[in-house]
Amino acid sequence: MFVRGLKRKCFDGEEDIEGTLAGIKAIPSYNLQRQSLLDMSLVKLQLCHMLVEPNLCRSVLIANTVRQIQEEMTQDGTWQMINTQSTGQASLDRLVSTDILCRSARDQAEGKHVPAYGTFNKDFESDHAQDSSETMSTASSVQAPRNLQSNVWEMENPQENKGNFQKSLDQIFETLENKSPNSVEDLFSEVDNSYYDLDTMLTGMMSNTKMGHCDSLETFSSPTNAASNSNCKSDLNDLDHIVEILVES
Amino acid sequence: ADIISTVEFNYTGDLLATGDKGGRVVIFQREQETKSRPLSRGEYNVYSTFQSHEPEFDYLKSLEIEEKINKIRWLPQQNAAHFLLSTNDKTIKLWKISERDKRAEGYNLKDEDGRLREPCRVTELRVPTLKPMDLMVEASPRRTFANAHTYHINSISVNSDYATYLSADDLRINLWHLEVTNRSFNIVDIKPANMEELTEVITAAEFHPHHCNTFVYSSSKGTIRLCDMRSAALCDQHSKFFEEPEDPSSRSFFSEIISSISDVKFSHSGRYMMTRDYLSVKVWDLNMENRPVETYQVHEYLRSKLCSLYENDCIFDKFECCWNGSDSTIMTGSYNNFFRTFERETHRDVTLEASRESSKPRAVLKPRKVCTTGKRKKDEITVDSLDFNKKILHTAWHPMENIIAVAATNNLYLFQEKVN
Repeated sequence: MFVRGLKRKCFDGEEDIEGTLAGIKAIPSYNLQRQSLLDMSLVKLQLCHMLVEPNLCRSVLIANTVRQIQEEMTQDGTWQMINTQSTGQASLDRLVSTDILCRSARDQAEGKHVPAYGTFNKDFESDHAQDSSETMSTASSVQAPRNLQSNVWEMENPQENKGNFQKSLDQIFETLENKSPNSVEDLFSEVDNSYYDLDTMLTGMMSNTKMGHCDSLETFSSPTNAASNSNCKSDLNDLDHIVEILVES
Repeated sequence: ADIISTVEFNYTGDLLATGDKGGRVVIFQREQETKSRPLSRGEYNVYSTFQSHEPEFDYLKSLEIEEKINKIRWLPQQNAAHFLLSTNDKTIKLWKISERDKRAEGYNLKDEDGRLREPCRVTELRVPTLKPMDLMVEASPRRTFANAHTYHINSISVNSDYATYLSADDLRINLWHLEVTNRSFNIVDIKPANMEELTEVITAAEFHPHHCNTFVYSSSKGTIRLCDMRSAALCDQHSKFFEEPEDPSSRSFFSEIISSISDVKFSHSGRYMMTRDYLSVKVWDLNMENRPVETYQVHEYLRSKLCSLYENDCIFDKFECCWNGSDSTIMTGSYNNFFRTFERETHRDVTLEASRESSKPRAVLKPRKVCTTGKRKKDEITVDSLDFNKKILHTAWHPMENIIAVAATNNLYLFQEKVN
């Protein structure tokens, strides 16, 4: 399972450094609420309907929500702060989730052809296959099997590919552990619109979306505005290796 | 019985079609009033049932194509037969529903049981005669409009010229001619060159009831675009753009999701259109683009529950809305099998429930109330006790009379105005 249940933190007034809801000690901070919403949204994007195409409208709306949260977090400068104050497993989970976000973004930036990890890209590819003229058909048909591959991998060889993915996950964890705490920031790449590329990659990992902390999120107030902009970079060379494994499987 | 996914009256209101998740279409017909059964007037009984769509498999994408009927639209009647369009995610079909109440007897070349007669046995010629038989209603597919949509079809709309219709998916709208199945024209395309830039999808589309060149489509960002097909072959440039400015005080991370329009319907007059978003119904004057002329809150008490509704995916439910025949009243569904009607002139609204427990046949429906404050009065229901699995997404109003059809999951309810 990729995303395990996130450990719920009990924040009361004293521990809550970020508290914007001053005086309401029982409610977790706005930032924690926002982070929970982000995590929930990422899980929703990753949940896949194995046989039926996922609802595009729903995916777009969730992706927009994710983008909105991450933009705000980047502006706040809380993007890094949240992770330095969290501990252990929970932070790793978050790191992994954002790491995978970054991986796709980084690959986009490097102009790699990441074959259709997401619903959107998949459609784009097959759309090409349908719209293309005679001369293009060979090229499209070459892409289509790769499409099929990445799309079908968890259905036809779930064990094998889960194993592969587990292997690549292990590599991610390994790399993270080897990094010094200060280079945590280096793991984040520029936040991009391509979160939903994760879709196929993380399909087959049916995670339990039961998040009990929703009640506290009901008291979401309007987002605060902060000025600073932080750019994050990714420097994991192992990403290429991992991508290769996933593509070939 | 399967979950009902669409409900639609025909132009006279005599026929009511429902489509379900299993790809079946069930058509009900209104009973004629007879002296022997005076109470039967207004009753709808099953007229025809047929399997419209079957599940398919897209081998290229390795994905199933659901057989669920997303929309049914009737064609105006032009002869004895009835025609309707039904669509699933990918394919639209034109069905002909015709009655057969006569049978030919006395064929020359075959026996009564259908066996061919030996030619040498035929010694004389006779003219076959028509004999009455039990009424048989046949549904036959006349056209199949396939392979024109990469994304899931959410709307179909018959044009007022009765010769063309549009079909809309998440990113494109196509124009068809009813007689031509191997070609359709793309009239709207909002697919970005780079799919990573996709932030908005088409949620519904409809032709204007009188102007055959005009149609509207709504988006997931809460906007409506009105397009004129005379201006360009590809209507990517809208003629009118309807959007209500956002209220900054109520902004939250869910603002965009709840602003997504799930249904758009022109009024019968063609002067107004109505849109349904998650919490409200808005009536727009086609001449005014910057804000709706009327806004009705359907279930405002859910605004404080948006996070839970996001968690359980209810926030993505697509509710439909409809006008009555005179455009004086609008109706839409809610949760807990509640549906609401709003009278536009008098500003009266009522919440009713479609369930067996709450109403006996021919009993007057009791108005329901959701308790929004702390103190719950008798017969009121608290927000926390609402059943979010019982959602009324599809409703339809008879084009001329006050008869409404309400689909509650896998049950269809028909309500009629009590006439003394």
